[in-house]
Amino acid sequence: MKILKSNRSDFKDWQITDENTFNNRRLILKGLGLSSAMFAGGAQANLFDWLKEDEEPRKQASLMALKYAADNNNTLSLTPEDKVTSYNNFYEFGTSKQDPADYAHKLTVNPWQLEITGLVNNPIKLNYEDLFNQFPLEERVYRLRCVEAWSMVIPWIGFSLNKLLEKAQPKANAKYVQFETLRRPSEMRGQTSRFIGGNIKYPYIEGLRLDEAMHPLTTMAVGLYGKSLPNQNGAPIRLVVPWKYGFKSIKSIVKIHLTESQPKTTWHLAAPSEYGFYANVNPNVDHPRWSQAQERVITSGGVFNQQHQQTLMYNGYAEQVAHLYKNMDLTQYF
Amino acid sequence: MLIKLVIHIICLLWAGSIFWLASQDALGADPVKAVIHFYGIGALNLLIVTLLVSPAAKTFKSAVIMRQRRLLGLYCFAYACIHVLCFWWFELNFSLATFISELIKRPYIWLGMFALLILLVLAITSPNIAKKWLKKKWQPIHNFIYLAIVLVCWHFFLSRKADIYEPGLYALVALLLLGLRYQKFISWFQKAFGRKTH
Repeated sequence: MKILKSNRSDFKDWQITDENTFNNRRLILKGLGLSSAMFAGGAQANLFDWLKEDEEPRKQASLMALKYAADNNNTLSLTPEDKVTSYNNFYEFGTSKQDPADYAHKLTVNPWQLEITGLVNNPIKLNYEDLFNQFPLEERVYRLRCVEAWSMVIPWIGFSLNKLLEKAQPKANAKYVQFETLRRPSEMRGQTSRFIGGNIKYPYIEGLRLDEAMHPLTTMAVGLYGKSLPNQNGAPIRLVVPWKYGFKSIKSIVKIHLTESQPKTTWHLAAPSEYGFYANVNPNVDHPRWSQAQERVITSGGVFNQQHQQTLMYNGYAEQVAHLYKNMDLTQYF
Repeated sequence: MLIKLVIHIICLLWAGSIFWLASQDALGADPVKAVIHFYGIGALNLLIVTLLVSPAAKTFKSAVIMRQRRLLGLYCFAYACIHVLCFWWFELNFSLATFISELIKRPYIWLGMFALLILLVLAITSPNIAKKWLKKKWQPIHNFIYLAIVLVCWHFFLSRKADIYEPGLYALVALLLLGLRYQKFISWFQKAFGRKTH
């Protein structure tokens, strides 16, 4: 389907990932006799670091190579894989963006169970293997626009959520889809303490209107960069809604629940004036604390080579999704 | 002299190396956020150290410690300036219009800018000449540093999404530093409101 191809033509050659440049940073650090971990912390160093537990960050076991329908036109500007997998908001593992990469290896993703329940005629339970085998996988390159005014261009691998929902057969009175992240404090340190987990409510809840969930752009991702998802990116399965701010794209999903009433979503509950239920990317509606008119695309390049660009309505997918919000006041339903 | 040299080396080397790493894309995925946060938190750390000087000098009865205060305060101001510069330069791409509109729209930026303004005045009036010229007015002007640390902590607090414990801990430290000076505050309070009771 045409719209599944994303808006790749918007990306220029100069935005293409230069992995060499990225890898060089390690050499630069080595040259200084410093480890990158030390500096990742050093940049954020503060008086209270000594209060934090001293855990040795470990690498996750190797990721599974996936079979998928690839994109053949490789003119896309991707965010380097290292950046995609080391800069995450996943408060279940800590509030700093480095925390998920450091602590998510503890999460057991296999075995896994994803349940589709609520207002459906055919409740479904998917096991770990089912996530990769039940639906043909496609590569979809989307720009993930964070509500914090940065974005990353990521080659996701997954399938349309509507395929899963069609299998579950939503009932006529189903209007919303609620998503729930795993709650497992023994493996998710953020859920053990408000000090680590940023004082938000767990399990993390997100939601979509059923018509949004059925839109072919709405993706269930099981991989990125050709492999299964790293834990910090929401393994084994996560949502990707390319026209909404990143916090809608809930990670490590265990439950999809169809309901008649609008789900009470985590960030909306935490700060209703800052995070709406809809969270559509909209350059004209500011976050109370910053402008959403522009964004920085995170690619390779230091502070002098930043890629600033105007944020696009619905993150560039207005043609495909604007009709979903006809006659809605977007400043009220932000 | 040696202490001053050490302060110079630490502050310059740290600031410089972070900036250089940021320019080489060697500061994590988003070097822009990294530099803005580094200089912001660095300025706050230096403000805390500056406010520790006089209690420490009194405790250890050391004039040498006392003589480091101005230098530390100036570095605090310098870090704060770089913090704002990085925000304007790298986050806002040097757009003056966006910078001004952000300045107008965001309460947490008002707090930060107000604190920076205080630090600017303190920096300008820090040379011995200014001290001589201002005479008795110098100390009241420099007491505004207490307001500055309150504003900076508040600014830090408001800039956070949900993980407010770190700014909370900083606020606690600020409160302790102000608490060490409680006698000063009581005497101001009495001068301002209290009639002299016997």
